[in-house]
Amino acid sequence: MTTILQVENLVTRFYTLDGVVYAVNGVSFNLQKGETLAIVGESGSGKSVTMMSILGLIPIPPGKIESGEAGLLLDDPPRDLLRLSPPELRRVRGGRIGFVFQDPISSLNPVLTIGEQITESLTKHLGLSREKAKAQTIKLLGYVGISDPELRYKNYPHQFSGGMRQRVMIAIAIACSPEIVIADEPTTALDVTIQAQIVELFQRLQKEMGMAIIWITHDLGVVAGIADRVLVMYGGRVAEVALVDDLYELPQHPYTVGLLGALPRLDATDTKRLVSIQGTPPDLLVPLNHCPFAKRCEYAFERCRAEIPALRPVGAGHRVACFYDLQKGKPRHD
Amino acid sequence: MQRYFISKLGQSVLLLFGVLLLVFVMVRITGDPAALMMPREASPEDVEAFREAMGFNRPLPLQFVDFLSGAIVGDFGNSLHFKTPAMPMVLARLPATVQLAGVGLLMAIVVGIPLGLVGGFTPGSLVDSVGRGLALLGQSIPNFWLALIMILFFAVRLGWFPSFGRDYWNSVIMPAFVLGLPTMGQIVRLTRSAVLEIRGEDFIRTANSKGLEPGTIYTKHVLRNVAIPLVSVIGVQFGYMLGGSIYIETIFAWPGIGQLLEQSIGWRDFPLVQAIAIFTSLVVLAINLFTDVAYAVIDPRIRYDT
Ligand SMILES: Nc1ncnc2c1ncn2[C@@H]1O[C@H](COP(=O)(O)OP(=O)(O)OP(=O)(O)O)[C@@H](O)[C@H]1O
Ligand SMILES: [Mg+2]
Repeated sequence: MTTILQVENLVTRFYTLDGVVYAVNGVSFNLQKGETLAIVGESGSGKSVTMMSILGLIPIPPGKIESGEAGLLLDDPPRDLLRLSPPELRRVRGGRIGFVFQDPISSLNPVLTIGEQITESLTKHLGLSREKAKAQTIKLLGYVGISDPELRYKNYPHQFSGGMRQRVMIAIAIACSPEIVIADEPTTALDVTIQAQIVELFQRLQKEMGMAIIWITHDLGVVAGIADRVLVMYGGRVAEVALVDDLYELPQHPYTVGLLGALPRLDATDTKRLVSIQGTPPDLLVPLNHCPFAKRCEYAFERCRAEIPALRPVGAGHRVACFYDLQKGKPRHD
Repeated sequence: MQRYFISKLGQSVLLLFGVLLLVFVMVRITGDPAALMMPREASPEDVEAFREAMGFNRPLPLQFVDFLSGAIVGDFGNSLHFKTPAMPMVLARLPATVQLAGVGLLMAIVVGIPLGLVGGFTPGSLVDSVGRGLALLGQSIPNFWLALIMILFFAVRLGWFPSFGRDYWNSVIMPAFVLGLPTMGQIVRLTRSAVLEIRGEDFIRTANSKGLEPGTIYTKHVLRNVAIPLVSVIGVQFGYMLGGSIYIETIFAWPGIGQLLEQSIGWRDFPLVQAIAIFTSLVVLAINLFTDVAYAVIDPRIRYDT
């Protein structure tokens, strides 16, 4: 295994009129070459802000990246994405790291042809001439499963269905053969049948192109099928990270247990009885000095309300930020 | 695109017919058009002779058919005041009005769009404050008041511009400025808010995620989208300026259609008023049609109605 991206202690805040939003509070994780890392967590847990911070895509102001590192380790010498000059960062965006966003309808420019929206990336990063870029774009469109790519090249976004637009977005993201593709809930806005097609497309592309994928989702059901590892986020922090099988078999964080419990089971006879986690997500407007999940946690004890738990190893590649040992049924000792 | 254009053309023709009908009815709704058009001191015999001559005693449908067939060839009868055909007189005034509205619109665009763009890209900056101030003034100052103040200051006191008429190259500056100021304000505001809105769109984030240069993002991704609302407002405003310059042409004694309208109302010259009303409507409709076409050229969602 080779680590290609190493994020350490990322802190991102938004300075809004309502006060400071503590969106991301010290997130660390790594990404291995060619793997699929799923990032799950409730709405507002900081999944998107984490990924957009890495590429400098959060709006500044109101956003501000307070501290952290995001090392591209394959570079020689390794470079920190958070400290690149704007032109250097632009070469990474789209060139080395592709991004697919949630809503394919609003994420494409309505007044430019989709061909144009793909070629501009190719001419910028690969320095292709216009004709070469066009030929390459047509190839890409076919590659992501769009029929009649020569004709479709000249079409505008509104002439495509939602699923087809997401294929276009994917073509944009993979156009320059990036090492990493970040997909921020790429199927949430689509019909269920289309969702499966998009998941399949990602899997095929990964097999053929070998890039690492960071897949942000709410949906633990999808995760089981595609991910190698899972990162669970809560309140702008990492709650748990593990290989996908370990996480489903032996979840170590009470929040992960809750999430898995909330998963509709295919074998369940009564699908209406969805368990959801009690309580509300933490208020990100106040800085916390204790475990963000303590208020909703049935295992919480004094220490959980007084200290922030650090990520600690609990198995091979398995780390959890919790003071309580679910297996032994008692608090952990340091 | 073709279907879009044909439907817009159809709408315009229908509207034009509506205008003709309205003008025809308005003159007759008040009762006796002959009494309306003749001077107050005219004798009953004169009025009767006039009614006979104008055909006002014939059945209404017949009158309307006559009116329509005249309208199609541009014949709206003779001006009562000048005793010559009304339409050519209107046309003779057209260049002055087009010049006034054109220069006014040009000023509004040349000042308004850059101010709005800079304001939208750097909200809160000095240029933005200037632009917003101008937008507020432009839309709140009464134009007749501004016209008088400008005449007093720039024409009488400083002598930079002639105070009336259309005799010198710079005669057009003051009336065009006064006419264009509200439009200028509107263009600043609209451009600014459109830039702000488009900059926050998801597709701009996508453009950033592709690593495009800021310059490319502004010109290619932002500006084309900003142009869409701008085109329609500029079209509407130009039509409004062409038809709505009565005060300004009167105050500056600008020999355009607005001034002719003001005079012909004073003369109770109904055929002339009619000709002006219909001609102005025609011009406004033509501009709107042109705007709709320009709109479709910029916005593919209209061009390809799938
Ligand atoms: N531009 C912004 N201004 C202010 N606050 C913001 C902004 N963008 C994000 N936030 C806040 O940051 C927090 C984390 O948001 P983020 O979008 O990362 O959540 P998420 O985990 O991606 O949720 P979802 O699953 O709904 O996409 C939220 O509380 C959100 O309100
Ligand atoms: Mg999100």
